[in-house]
Amino acid sequence: MKQRLLRLSATLLLGGLALFGVAVVWHNWGDLLTAPSATSAPGASLPASSETLQRGEYLVRAGNCIACHTTRGGAPLAGGRAIDTPFGAVYSSNLTPDADTGLGRWQAQDFWNALHHGRSRGGRLLAPAFPYEHTSVITREDSDAMFAWLQSRPPVRQATPAHTLTWPLGTQPALAVWRVLFFEPSPFRADPQQSAQWNRGAYLVQGLGHCAACHSPRNALGATPGVDALSGGLMPVVNWYAPNLQDDRETGLASTPLSEIVRLLQTGQGQGASVNGPMAEVVQHSLQHLREEDLQAMAVYLRSRAQATSAPTATAAPNASTPAIPSVRASVIDKGSRVYERHCATCHGEQGQGVAGIYPALSGNRAVLLSDPTNLVQTVLSGGYGPATAGHPRPFGMPPFVLELSDADIAAVLTHLRHTLQPPQNRAGEVTPLQVNRIRAMADE
Amino acid sequence: MNAKPPIVAATACRMGYLREMNCFFPHGRRQVGVWLLTGLLASLALPALAQGARKVEDNMAERTRACTACHGDQGRAGPDGYYPRLAGKPAGYLHNQLRNFAEGRRHYGIMTQLVDPLTDTYMGDIAAHFASLHLPYPPPTPSQLEPARLARGQQIVRQGDASRGLPACAQCHGERLTGVLPHVPGLLGLPLDYLNAQLGAWQTGQRKAHAPDCMAEVVKRIPNEDVIAVSSWLASQPLPADTRPAPAPARPLSDPAWRCGSAPELAGGRP
Repeated sequence: MKQRLLRLSATLLLGGLALFGVAVVWHNWGDLLTAPSATSAPGASLPASSETLQRGEYLVRAGNCIACHTTRGGAPLAGGRAIDTPFGAVYSSNLTPDADTGLGRWQAQDFWNALHHGRSRGGRLLAPAFPYEHTSVITREDSDAMFAWLQSRPPVRQATPAHTLTWPLGTQPALAVWRVLFFEPSPFRADPQQSAQWNRGAYLVQGLGHCAACHSPRNALGATPGVDALSGGLMPVVNWYAPNLQDDRETGLASTPLSEIVRLLQTGQGQGASVNGPMAEVVQHSLQHLREEDLQAMAVYLRSRAQATSAPTATAAPNASTPAIPSVRASVIDKGSRVYERHCATCHGEQGQGVAGIYPALSGNRAVLLSDPTNLVQTVLSGGYGPATAGHPRPFGMPPFVLELSDADIAAVLTHLRHTLQPPQNRAGEVTPLQVNRIRAMADE
Repeated sequence: MNAKPPIVAATACRMGYLREMNCFFPHGRRQVGVWLLTGLLASLALPALAQGARKVEDNMAERTRACTACHGDQGRAGPDGYYPRLAGKPAGYLHNQLRNFAEGRRHYGIMTQLVDPLTDTYMGDIAAHFASLHLPYPPPTPSQLEPARLARGQQIVRQGDASRGLPACAQCHGERLTGVLPHVPGLLGLPLDYLNAQLGAWQTGQRKAHAPDCMAEVVKRIPNEDVIAVSSWLASQPLPADTRPAPAPARPLSDPAWRCGSAPELAGGRP
């Protein structure tokens, strides 16, 4: 009796596992049973028209593929750049048409499988550092145009190094299970209630733009909540906070005029806002090259998302739920104001008022008031320039203070900045030397 | 005296061990003193400046404040004996250095972050700005190396070493060693630590120039023990009366066998 029970449960367990295995395989490769084979892809062998090539190039720009698929100083799109993740480094692949190390043997169908299904030629599952939940949104037509342009480029022979992901995370079974949990190939779903412009914006933001890859939180297994989740998040490894695009207090997207949102995306500079950190790279390599009407569509979509979730707030107006002014120690303010006088006031002004068009005002600045001070600390540590773009070709810069200011100095000056220099209703609490130290240590790694 | 030979310490600095005290104070307490004094003077001067509601101008001097914070006012060199002078260096040379940081041929995290968002045109503007500034040089620091080794350094700089196929520094960097327009930098008026760090970085391949990399070839031929002799002699020399780079050469400066990606004119225009 006991033995029969044991045998029964073992059978059930094995059966369950087998069923789970079949389900995992079905989830990851099931479409291959119905999909057309690679060789029968429509128009695969026809030479692409120059319009298609131009469109393909434009779409590759819109996807900012070059940023990850190029090493520093290396051949464009030849891959090999290490993308550091909390699970190890993933090396980007060679997108040039070299037969052995790039996409030379690929067909348009293979490229579609990579974008839409996150699978390489031959069915191997790709590591999700390649944001295929987003590229899955891209239409087949756009995918084919991108592929045609990539194939028209000169081949570069450059083998991609093997990923160095912690075992077993990079293995096919682990990726297969991860994808059961977090990935479903999903074409773009237009919202018929919205305008064509809104839908074009949504398509770009959710697909090629892959905005949520940074602007949403990642869970312990590195997955984001969805292609349209824009609730902000701390970017792992690079350690910058990508603001919540749905909250007007963080970005001003609901209250800023549309033309200013477009200007920010196009030039890196907008009304009372500028981009820095990883977003500077996005503006530099991708957004500044997009057509005005596409940027407008993105701005329309982003603004409507922000308006749907937050009431517009004027920067200096009281917050809806006027929070109690946090208390900070007088000694910290005192120290902070001295550091500010010595290092910051020369450019940003005694009262943090800035210089129009040259140095940003710090008083009433949304980026200064973010509850997470990571970006502020990063900015003080590395200083630097905003992106030099066609619309803003010679930006002014800020000196790096990484070697000059201690953790305590930076904590004090930021506390002063977020407290004393702000209108009373906006004051934020103390930044601690420990917070600064952690961010500095991560920047050093 | 440092436990590590200075070249190792300086190279270690360049390789990223930035907050090691040795990097910034390789000469020990004397230099700390200089620093403190500079800091004291700055702390007295800057608030006074700030209170006078400084007029912020829309010009290159204002745009390069991120540079001059370390490289000194107008790029006249940093106070710490590491950050090199930028003022008056040939524009082509400075532009190439910015490109080298952007494209990974030179490695210094802070510089890379600074140049990453810039366009090649803007980097050229920045280079031209510093190249146009001709400022007086500070007096050189006397060397503590024994005279025989300094003489050896001078010999390599002036004549090279034919037995090793090593050309004289002066052959490309100009008779006056103040550089040659538009791509070759001057070698005088640079901090000893900076020179050591750079020669060390060329030796280890940490610093590169555009291929074909003639300077890498040259440095390979300097005997290890003579690197410090060369840098010490250079760092201890006063500047000549005319500190400007020599005009662009009318004909190739070097042996036709040498080809320089960073300064094609040296080998008769062949890249």
